[in-house]
Amino acid sequence: MKKVYAIEELCLNCRLCEVYCKTAHSKSKNVVKAYKFESPEPVARIMVEGDNAHSIAMQCRHCADPACVNACITGAMQKDPVTGIVAPDPNKCVGCMTCLGACPYGVIKVNHIAMKCDLCRETGEPACVKNCPNNALIYVEEEELQ
Amino acid sequence: MLKKEGEVRIPAGCAISGIIDRKGNRFSGSDVIQSIALMHDRSNGLGGGFAAYGIYPEFKDWYAFHVFYTSIDVKNKTEEYINSNFSIEMSGRIPTRKVSSIKDAPIIWRYFAKPEPGKLISSEKTEDDYVADAVITINSTFPGAYVFSSGKNMGAFKAVGYPEDVGEYYKLDEYDGYLWTAHGRFPTNTPGWWGGAHPFTILDWSVVHNGEISSYDANRRYIEMFGYDCSLQTDTEVITYLFDYLVRKKGLPLKTAANVIAAPMWEEIAEMPEKERKYYTALRQVYSSALVNGPFSIILGYTGGLMALNDRLKLRALVAAECGDRLYLASEESAIRVVCPNPEYMYSVEGGVPIIATVEGEV
Amino acid sequence: MRYFTSEFLIERNKDRCINCGVCARQCSNEAHYIDLDTGEVKSDETKCVDCQRCVCLCPTNALMIIKNPNQTRDNANWSQQAIREVEMQASTGGILLSGMGTPKEYPVYWDKILLNASQVTNPSIDPLREPMETKTYLGAKPTQLEFDEEGNILTKLPPTVELDTPLMMSAMSFGSISLNAQKSLAMAAKECNTFFNTGEGGLHKELDQYADHAIVQVASGRFGVSKDYLNKGQIIEIKIGQGAKPGIGGHLPGEKVNVEVSQTRMIPEHSDAISPAPHHDIYSIEDLRQLIFSLKEVTRYKKPVAVKIAAVHNIAAIASGSVRAGADIIVIDGFRGGSGSTPTRLRDNVGIPIELALAAVDQRLRDESIRQNCSIVIAGSVRNSADVVKAIALGADACYIGSSALIAMGCHMCRTCMTGKCNWGIATQNPELTRRLNPEIQYKRVVNLLHAWNHEIQEMMGGMGINAIESLRGNRLMLRGIGLSEKELEILGIKHAGE
Repeated sequence: MKKVYAIEELCLNCRLCEVYCKTAHSKSKNVVKAYKFESPEPVARIMVEGDNAHSIAMQCRHCADPACVNACITGAMQKDPVTGIVAPDPNKCVGCMTCLGACPYGVIKVNHIAMKCDLCRETGEPACVKNCPNNALIYVEEEELQ
Repeated sequence: MLKKEGEVRIPAGCAISGIIDRKGNRFSGSDVIQSIALMHDRSNGLGGGFAAYGIYPEFKDWYAFHVFYTSIDVKNKTEEYINSNFSIEMSGRIPTRKVSSIKDAPIIWRYFAKPEPGKLISSEKTEDDYVADAVITINSTFPGAYVFSSGKNMGAFKAVGYPEDVGEYYKLDEYDGYLWTAHGRFPTNTPGWWGGAHPFTILDWSVVHNGEISSYDANRRYIEMFGYDCSLQTDTEVITYLFDYLVRKKGLPLKTAANVIAAPMWEEIAEMPEKERKYYTALRQVYSSALVNGPFSIILGYTGGLMALNDRLKLRALVAAECGDRLYLASEESAIRVVCPNPEYMYSVEGGVPIIATVEGEV
Repeated sequence: MRYFTSEFLIERNKDRCINCGVCARQCSNEAHYIDLDTGEVKSDETKCVDCQRCVCLCPTNALMIIKNPNQTRDNANWSQQAIREVEMQASTGGILLSGMGTPKEYPVYWDKILLNASQVTNPSIDPLREPMETKTYLGAKPTQLEFDEEGNILTKLPPTVELDTPLMMSAMSFGSISLNAQKSLAMAAKECNTFFNTGEGGLHKELDQYADHAIVQVASGRFGVSKDYLNKGQIIEIKIGQGAKPGIGGHLPGEKVNVEVSQTRMIPEHSDAISPAPHHDIYSIEDLRQLIFSLKEVTRYKKPVAVKIAAVHNIAAIASGSVRAGADIIVIDGFRGGSGSTPTRLRDNVGIPIELALAAVDQRLRDESIRQNCSIVIAGSVRNSADVVKAIALGADACYIGSSALIAMGCHMCRTCMTGKCNWGIATQNPELTRRLNPEIQYKRVVNLLHAWNHEIQEMMGGMGINAIESLRGNRLMLRGIGLSEKELEILGIKHAGE
């Protein structure tokens, strides 16, 4: 499946991916409103680790055999059999944080319910990739990775 | 005040015609006058002219200078120069007949001359270079004098007026030549200077040209590196000098010179077999500034032959027809059919592909 | 105490700012910072150089850099800049340094020259429908070709290089610019079938793959020069002078000389790379000839040798001498040309405009009938395709572009290249900054620029009824001056508009 991959050598630590991820997962889809006026405040599902010298963006790997799905106590966290996207069903999630503990990459956040990368499935184009100023994030099939 | 040629660059549209007899049989100027007359509307009465080859067989070893003078005084001064550098076999007024539309004629004189032998030797020049340099000297340093023809056994005849009237004026029906070219001019300005009419000549090269080239200054500044002085600022002058330089001075075959002046496109060169590709690449590299750009159709006359050439995009009309020993060329098909109603073969001259016709044997 | 205030103010629109901190993390000058007590982003405008990096990356367009309205009293003679420079020198005791070309208001002759177009008497040509040739060969051409009886060419042609467009990348060394920046130029040169220039910094091993499109420079410091290096390049360029600093050599501060730069230049790490003012083996024109021919010898006469000279007062004579000394290409760098670091006084006061220098050189070489013995390439502020068309009509074969190519890659002309803090990853060796320039993105922008210009050149040529660039070269009748004096027109060899 197509996933988002981060290229460490190209990451600037600008963290615009976080800004645009948060906006993409907001109600208004507007940067200023997402940050200043929405409640509950939207959550960025990508996190840049590091500093200007070394940095890399982290987000869900959409594992083939996801630990979060296996750990979910309500069956809210599911891997879509067609797209391969791992995402929680907000109606079933109870915010127990079990997935958060189970994720080997530490890329699930919980704000009442579990929040994680859904590869912007609504638009089909991850906002982090689209807005990275240095092409440090790419959205490709695993085989396309060089 | 309107400026004359040489003081200003004047674009012009035109009609051209040419007839050659490949066997070298001589014929009168009537046909070419009739041909150019049919294209009356392509001229505007501000210039017409002819070049005729083979017309002075009795003086074929002498350079025939045709000269315009604005006054007797200029003529006297210029003749001092001519007499000190040439030995004159014969000279006199060029015969004309009265034509009502031809006005303000200058003094028109003809000299059959050879370089003064002592001066020729001490100049260390070839005979042709000696003559060409003298012509350029007269035209650039004797105001009011203008040599408009300087080849052997050929002559140019030109004036302000419609070409058919110019032919009548110079009595060209009474001359016999194996090659005739004609020009009717449509300048976009009215200098009314006889020297500005075409054809343009240097030695036995003559050019009649229809077009306005866009590469003029690139060509001019190139050719002026080699001692030419483009004093008239006309396309025809610079094209004539380019051929003179490439063929006479640099020894390029005429067809090769045509391939320089109307060079094939790089994309055509890329498709050629290796040997040709190298040949054309070298030509375009070395003589790039001799590429003539923009619309032109020309007939280049020289002793024993002519070459017709169109610009590589074929932006100007030029038609050719074969009939017996004769090759006809004209800006319009009708101008050929008026003198040769049923040619054996008639075709449009292709862009950038020269047509060369030569006379068999000695002329 | 501080004697001068900041040149700029940073205006942050509080309604828009989301305190994301992108600006703070991206500013190498530390003009933005996150106040750890409040979590808010704040600014220190005294550090701002107006490079626009923060403005471009701000996700909410909350930032604006403006000129500081706080000024000393108006004075037509003592401008703000004049006062500031005195204050700076009083503080440091040093020579003023600047980056890029002069910002002073000297005449830009490109803007005082107008082009022609065909109307009625001959047709314009539509480049979308007809071939429109911009292919250019650089190098010496023989005056004539000799043929054998079968029409084969006997003349041995001197080496030339082929360009698909009359545009090349100016000399910008690895050291003065980052490897990523130079690599982007190299990739663009390869894609557009033209050339990039190593400058005096040698050829980094990672760029060996682009050597087919490299011009290798030999400057007075001889940095990075070896037999191997010379043979890798397609043109060898002897740099005598640079338009931004005629009369002196380059100076790369030791801080920029990291391992990679040190290896490529073949000098010790962290040592200052100071090129001598003259070539110490060229004190005269006959010495130049010896260097030209030793370079030709070492490359077996297979590469054209270019000589790059700054446009100075007697440029025509120098160019003529250089051609007679064996230069196959003359490069003239005008005084508005750029530099990664140059003494401000030299940049702003030494040399002459490229337009006048080019016109004088082309005419001199024609007067001496040696114009075809060399190609002329010009540099020094070629800002757009119209400048290129005008340059070619004045007599150039091709143009170098430096600043334009850098702007395509993100440069915003803040003119502080010499600090090594370039926020766009161009004029810096700091790995935190150089990684900001991703060659895969930036080379395409340079390619776009070259393609766009070439299309425009074709449009302008077509308008003039010209379909081959050689028919534009030296075709000064296609130019008219506007608002120029008789003398200027005479030097440019053009008529005034309306004539």
